[in-house]
Amino acid sequence: MGLVESGKLPKPLTQLLSLSRKYSLWVYQWGLACCAIEMGSAFASPRYDVMRLGVIPFPASPRQADLVVISGTVTDKMAPAVKRLYDQMPDPKYVISMGSCANCGGPYWDSYSVTKGVDQIIPVDVYVPGCPPRPEALLEGIVLLQERIGREDMADRWKGDPIVVG
Amino acid sequence: MTVTDSQKMAYVAAQAADARVNLQFETEDGMTLNMGPQHPATHGTLRIVAQLDGEQVVRCEPIPGYMHRGYEKLCEVRTYPQVTTLINRIDWLGSFANEVPFILAAEKLMDVEAPPRAQVIRTILFELSRLGNISLFLGDLGIQLGGITIGFYAFRDREFVLNQIEAATGGRFHPNFDRIGGLKDDLPKGWIAETHLAMERMRRLCDEFEELVLGNEIFQARTRGIGVIPTDIATSYGMSGANLRATGVDWDLRRDACPPGLSYDLADWKVWTHPDGDSYARTWIRLQEVRESTHIVDQLLDSIPAGPIMAKVPRIIKVPEGEAWVATENPLGEMGYYVVSKGDLVPFRVKIRSASFNNISVVPWVTRGVFVPDVITILASLYFILGDIDR
Repeated sequence: MGLVESGKLPKPLTQLLSLSRKYSLWVYQWGLACCAIEMGSAFASPRYDVMRLGVIPFPASPRQADLVVISGTVTDKMAPAVKRLYDQMPDPKYVISMGSCANCGGPYWDSYSVTKGVDQIIPVDVYVPGCPPRPEALLEGIVLLQERIGREDMADRWKGDPIVVG
Repeated sequence: MTVTDSQKMAYVAAQAADARVNLQFETEDGMTLNMGPQHPATHGTLRIVAQLDGEQVVRCEPIPGYMHRGYEKLCEVRTYPQVTTLINRIDWLGSFANEVPFILAAEKLMDVEAPPRAQVIRTILFELSRLGNISLFLGDLGIQLGGITIGFYAFRDREFVLNQIEAATGGRFHPNFDRIGGLKDDLPKGWIAETHLAMERMRRLCDEFEELVLGNEIFQARTRGIGVIPTDIATSYGMSGANLRATGVDWDLRRDACPPGLSYDLADWKVWTHPDGDSYARTWIRLQEVRESTHIVDQLLDSIPAGPIMAKVPRIIKVPEGEAWVATENPLGEMGYYVVSKGDLVPFRVKIRSASFNNISVVPWVTRGVFVPDVITILASLYFILGDIDR
């Protein structure tokens, strides 16, 4: 993807690539705490059914994933594993930080063992607030991320600000 | 944010502890298999390190601590109403059930009793959170053993229970509804009839589960005789809840030692036991528990007395000096709070006894000599929540 990364691709081709990346997001579920259950509801329950958005929640390993949902409390003991996971994902990769704990520490803002925000370790594209967020909120986060991927120019994808849902 | 020395030290200590386990396992003969900290079978972030001989597990050690959030320390700097918000998230699937023992302990210290209406509604919500919890177990067990269909069924019907919890409390997941001396609000209109319908759906899910999973030959082959825990081992490891009942011990805190403030005596129900103690027994017990829970809810819904939902409590809650221990039968087993108060706005010390930590401590014993796929079955059927282990 050397051409893509340098941003020298003709525009129609970039759009085509973006369109196809947008609707085949393979999402790795990094279930950590309470939010993992709401993420499970969003991804595995017939009521919310994330697959209609073109999101496939079943990669067996981070090496097959485009998107990771960090759902829940990241503790200091867990933080190296989160970093390693992120490093294992192939580029281009996206991160959704789901729930207050992953965003900023949440109710454990004064705890001695909790990492206050996963953005200290890895770059985050979408913040979904809530404790835990409803499955609809996660779906909105995914839709907003897809919109951004759709009009994304590969050259400056790291320059934008993260999205905050709500 | 600046990184302090204590954080650095904690990080180094955690890494060293991990390295120690790796080293211990790797210097011996055989192969080391590491599951987790992120693995679908671990319900979150439990790490399991197993030493294998061929396909058999020689030794297996669970390494908790990846979800340790320091609850007991945090409780010491939160006021009593704030603690309720926090402890919702210990066992995140049965969140209302976590609040109740703490509130009961505080009520015991303050010598307050909730009005009868609040007691009954509290018991109903307690059972609803049990339903939300165990219905996920039923689906999850299917997913772990390779049958995804039942997972979809469980998630579908679980939503109806969550809807009822949300309608009453405003929170799908973490209601934070219990107050010292009663409840936050009364029930909304039409809630009772809707809950009856939701209970009907849950019973149908149980029937479906029985037909689809319990009778399935593959399921039986993978669970019957796998992970047998004898009664004496279960009691000596301090197991509780459905895991203990599956070993033949007729023990249920709801019936045997129901603390004042919950009204289980108004309902007529049965505690099921199973003599086998294997994974199948644990699943079967939980299935029956869901059924009995729906019956308890149905009976209590018809016997909600009229009256206030809040006793007279001061606006700023100061708990008089003293110590109290209250334990209830939570979805995962016995959960208790030992609250020490010095007459302050905040508790002086809170000791939390959660069920999963004891339930999971039996893993090294029960996984000796089993095959690798059976580890998954055993972990799934023991049914732990990581927040409940690490707190």
